[in-house]
Order: sequence, then C-alpha cells, then structure tokens
Amino acid sequence: MNVCKLLNRLLQTAAALGGLFLLTGCERPFQDSVQTGYRGTGMVQVYNPRLLAIKTEANQAPVAIPQASDEGPKAAQAYKNVQVLGNLSVAQFNRLMVSMTAWVSPNDGGCVYCHNPANYADDEKYTKVVARRMLEMTQYINSEWQPHVAQTGVTCYTCHRGQPVPSEIWFTKNHQPQGANFIGDKAGQNEPAAVVNLSSLPNDPFTPFLLDSKDIRMNGPTALPSGNMHTTKQTEFTYGLMTHMATGLGVNCTYCHNSRSFQSWDESPPQRVTAWHGIRMARDLNLNYMVPLTPVFPANRKGELGDVAKLNCATCHQGAYKPLNGAQMAKDFPELQKTVGKPAQLASN
Amino acid sequence: MDYLNLFTTVQARGPVHMGVELPPGNSQRFGHPAVFWLLGKIGNAQLGPIYLGGFGVLALVCGTLAFNIIGLNMLASVNWDPIQLVRQLFWLALEPPPPQYGLSLPPLNQGGWFLIVGLLLSVSVLAWWVRMYRRAIQLGMGTHVAWAFAAALWLFFVLGFFRPILMGSWSEAVPYGIFPHLDWTAALSIRYGNLFYNPFHALSIVFLYGSVLLFGMHGATILAVTRFGGEREIEQIVDRGTASERAALFWRWTMGFNASMESIHRWAWWFAVLCPLTGGIGILLTGTVVDNWYLWAIKHGVAPPYPNVFPAVVDPALSLGVKP
Repeated sequence: MNVCKLLNRLLQTAAALGGLFLLTGCERPFQDSVQTGYRGTGMVQVYNPRLLAIKTEANQAPVAIPQASDEGPKAAQAYKNVQVLGNLSVAQFNRLMVSMTAWVSPNDGGCVYCHNPANYADDEKYTKVVARRMLEMTQYINSEWQPHVAQTGVTCYTCHRGQPVPSEIWFTKNHQPQGANFIGDKAGQNEPAAVVNLSSLPNDPFTPFLLDSKDIRMNGPTALPSGNMHTTKQTEFTYGLMTHMATGLGVNCTYCHNSRSFQSWDESPPQRVTAWHGIRMARDLNLNYMVPLTPVFPANRKGELGDVAKLNCATCHQGAYKPLNGAQMAKDFPELQKTVGKPAQLASN
Repeated sequence: MDYLNLFTTVQARGPVHMGVELPPGNSQRFGHPAVFWLLGKIGNAQLGPIYLGGFGVLALVCGTLAFNIIGLNMLASVNWDPIQLVRQLFWLALEPPPPQYGLSLPPLNQGGWFLIVGLLLSVSVLAWWVRMYRRAIQLGMGTHVAWAFAAALWLFFVLGFFRPILMGSWSEAVPYGIFPHLDWTAALSIRYGNLFYNPFHALSIVFLYGSVLLFGMHGATILAVTRFGGEREIEQIVDRGTASERAALFWRWTMGFNASMESIHRWAWWFAVLCPLTGGIGILLTGTVVDNWYLWAIKHGVAPPYPNVFPAVVDPALSLGVKP
C-alpha cells in the first residue's frame, strides 16, 4: 500500500510540474486593453505594456542634422552625375548625403558603401544605383501616397534603421524546395512562419497581393449565394496577409475591422482606409521600384528564386502602428517630399 | 482504512475474466488478459481480451493506412527529417487539392493522397460503426452507442464528403493537421461572413456546452451520493434508495427541477448527439444555401445593429481618383 501511495504522490507531482511548465509559454499578466469602439462589441486593442516599452524604444527616430543654407552653387553644378538632387545647394546636398550615410550604412563603410572613393560620381557600385532609385521612391511616396503616409511621410530611415538592407523584406517563397515530388507538398503553408505570426497559414501571402493583384476580399455582397466563387483556401491567403499586417503593426484585427463583419466598411474604424491604401502602396512600390531593379542587384542580395528583395507592411512599420511612433522625420527633409515628374531612368544601363 | 467506493476500488486480484461464450460464426477474442494496477485507478484493471472480427480488422487496416499516409506526407514535407517532423508536427498537414481541380482526380501530390486518405478513413470509420452496432446486438444491448457515434460520423462526412460535393470542389474539405485544421476553421468562418451568425452553429454550441454542463452536474451528483450507494445507478433505478432521493432533492432545492435517474442519461445522450447533428446541418448550409451569415443575420433581424461610433468610413475602392 505504501508503494501505491508513493506512486500516487509521484503522479500528482508530475502533473503539477507539467502544468507549471505549460504556463511558461504564456506572456505574464497584466495586459492593458483599450476600448476603441461601441461597448460590448469587443472593439478593443490589447497591449502588453512591457513589450510595448521595448517596441517604443526600438522605434525612436534619430535627431536630424540642422538645416543647411540653400544659397551658393547647386549640387548639379558643383558635382558630376547628380541626377535626382541636382537643384539642392551643395550644403543641402551634403547634409542629405551625411544623413543617408547615418541612416543606411553607418557601420558598413559609410560613404564608400555606395561611392567609389576615388571617384564619387562613378556609378560603378550597384548600391549607388539602387540608392538613387530609392531616393526617387521616397519622393514618390511622400508626394503621391499621402493617402497612406499622410503629412508624416517617410525617409530612408523609416525602413533602413541603420542597416544597408532593411530587416523586414520578403522574397517569393520556393514552395517546393525538393522539386515537384510525388509526396509532401505543403501547398504553400503549414510551417511555423514568422510572417504569419507562427501560424500555419500560407507563408507567402505577399506574392499574390503585394506583387500580383489577386482578390483580397472574399465575402460576397448578398446573404444567399449570388456567384461569389471565392474558396476557403483563397481565404487562408487573405487571412495570412491580414495576420502579417496585424503583426507588422503590433495591433489586433479590431484596429481596422469590426470582427463581427470583416467586410463591412460602415462598421470599420477609419484606420482601415489607411491600411487599404497601404496595400496598394506596397504593391505599387514593389512593381515600379523594386522589381525593375532586379538586374542591378547581385545574386547574393536576391531570393531563392532569383527575385529582388521586396517590401511589405513590416518594412516600415516594424511592429509600430505608426512607423517610428509617428515621428515626423520627413518634415526636416523637404527635398525628400518634392513632387517628382516622370520617374528618372535607371542609371546608365 | 480509506473510504472506498466503486470509483476507487480495492483492487481485488482474482482469475481474469475471458468474457461470455460467443455464438458460432463469430471469430474468437484474442490476447491473454493482463491486469495493470494503474489501469485500475481509472477503470477496470483487466486489459483484454479484445474482439476484432472482420469489420474490426478492416477498420484497423484502413485506419492505419490512412494514418501512415498522412504521417509520411508530413515527413516528406520536412524533407524526411524525423527531428523536424516532431518539432513542426502541430503545423504540418496533408492538404486537400487546390480549388482548380474541382471534383476531378488531382495528381498524388496535389491532393491525390488526400482523397486516398479520405476514402480509407471513410471505410475505416464505417467499418468501426458496423462493429459497434453488431457487438451491441451480440451482448443483447440497445444500439445507443452506435447511433451516438453515427452522429459524429454525420459531421465528419458533411465536412469531408457531402459539402465538398455540393460545392463542387474537394478543396473545400478540411486538411488533416493540427493547426492547419484550426486555421481552416477560422478561414471558413471568414469566407462565409462569420459562422457565429449561423443559427445551427449556435445550436451546436448550445449542445456542446450543454453536454459539458450536464456531464459536470451528473458526474458531481453521483459522486456526491456514492456514500449512499448512488454510483449503483441501475440498482437505484430499479429500487430507488436514499442516494437517489437525496440527489433528486438536492436539485429540486437548488433549481426547482430534477431529472430522474433514468432521464438524466437521455438528457446527456441527446445533448451529445445533437451537438454534431446541428453542427453538421450548419456546415452543410454554409456556402450551399447561405453565402454570408452576417448579411443573413442582418436581413432576418438576428444580428443587432450597433450605433456607429467611428467617423463615417466608405469603401475606398468605390472612391474616385484613388490609385487602384
């Protein structure tokens, strides 16, 4: 009988320890919840104040260099091969170049990350060609995509954060790395992928929506069937994209949607309109700025399928629903906000 | 000595029980019974012998094949790495065919394996059902267990067979995987405008939670009166004793009404059975008869309107001058 009792004790202890071990997978309490909509509708944002503090700290904007004088000779006159910023004064031009170095390549050689030290006008380094196009892209975003970036705008730092390659980029996924086999196809999903917050949802929701313009909306306009042919499998891709957006912005579904009807615009918070434009902006930038740069990048900067690095919501947002906590960095750089005419040609090639 | 009742028995060890004689035509039970002390903690300490029969063998063979095909597909999807199979097990799945194949036969790696598994599993659970039915008859019992299992099979076949056929596409079936089938569930709800507005889904939840409630109430009641012999429910039905009277009085005191020793088991059976029956109806109607449950609920006054607290929002896709 004593043996039985001992065994009982052991079993109970093991069960208690097992339960405690499972609890270690949770975030510790308490979480803040902020009501955003009508009472009782679950329109709430949940924040972990400890993680929020870390995220706030990680999304601080750097201090801008003081404005430079617009007098004196123009950059186009003083330097050779200045294609985008030619009508800045030399002082303004150099201020932006120094800022860009601090934003993009502070630890990767500084100026020479893009420039040939023997001849700064030379377009020999691919990074310089890319940087020029990215300047144009920044101007384009700030002037043409105000429905998304509003007056806050973006600078190189919004994405780069002191790194030559922004940390949040994506490549088209190779869904059959072992080739088209006869067994084991994952159908583009079913692995713990960070882009979909470690769910088993489709792990490349970007190629169909932020490169192609596949339907994101799955719901039909009528209660009874009236020709809405969207499938549950397609919906998983939409769900994947939305999960990426929520994770990338550090918010819940209810930041943009009333979850009782994801489709209904009447009941949606206004942030959903901003997000709608954001999806189109990401697609526009990928198609018109990133993809055309494909031949410029060397192979080691490309994805498994040879495609160029592309951007998604997290590229700028990096966990904050307003990038850099909404800091109005671009205000200090009016040259990044001017309306551009036609997109400039890709360097000499 | 500790207080003991039928749920915490003193484990008397005697000769093992081989079961009653089977009539001619039945295959024999197999396995020599063994007695395990730990098993005795949760039920009968004697394990075996087991009756399989033709249908049991069929069910096990088909079920094992299906289980292994799913497992091998999962293993192949992590490039035959057993460590990754364990690490990613909850994420892995065998997926139904992509939508473009409709009800036609897809290639093996595009849902072909999925359909084979579906066929094997169907044969397996149906054979198991027949076996349950026939064993109950054999023991002179009613067939309640078999019909309760049939209710579960109804939901199983609605999800994987009837609804995909009505929708004209095997891709509408549920993937075989832990997280993937949960993501599928959420995606199905999103696609069809929020399944929570499906009244049959609501009924199913009522019977699900109701079953849990009834199970809790009944289990607790019987445990509470075992000191008066209440766990001998059958005796209590035939010859009502103080245990039954106290249990009945307890519920009449606390909520005015009490189920009887007989009726509580019908309550429990019907709640359990109605959970998948109503759920299956709800799934069968989804996409076939109703495309958007939220709009359906608004149309019929099921979903309440709430005051709009946000600034007016219009679908930007309908605005002029936006970039597409």
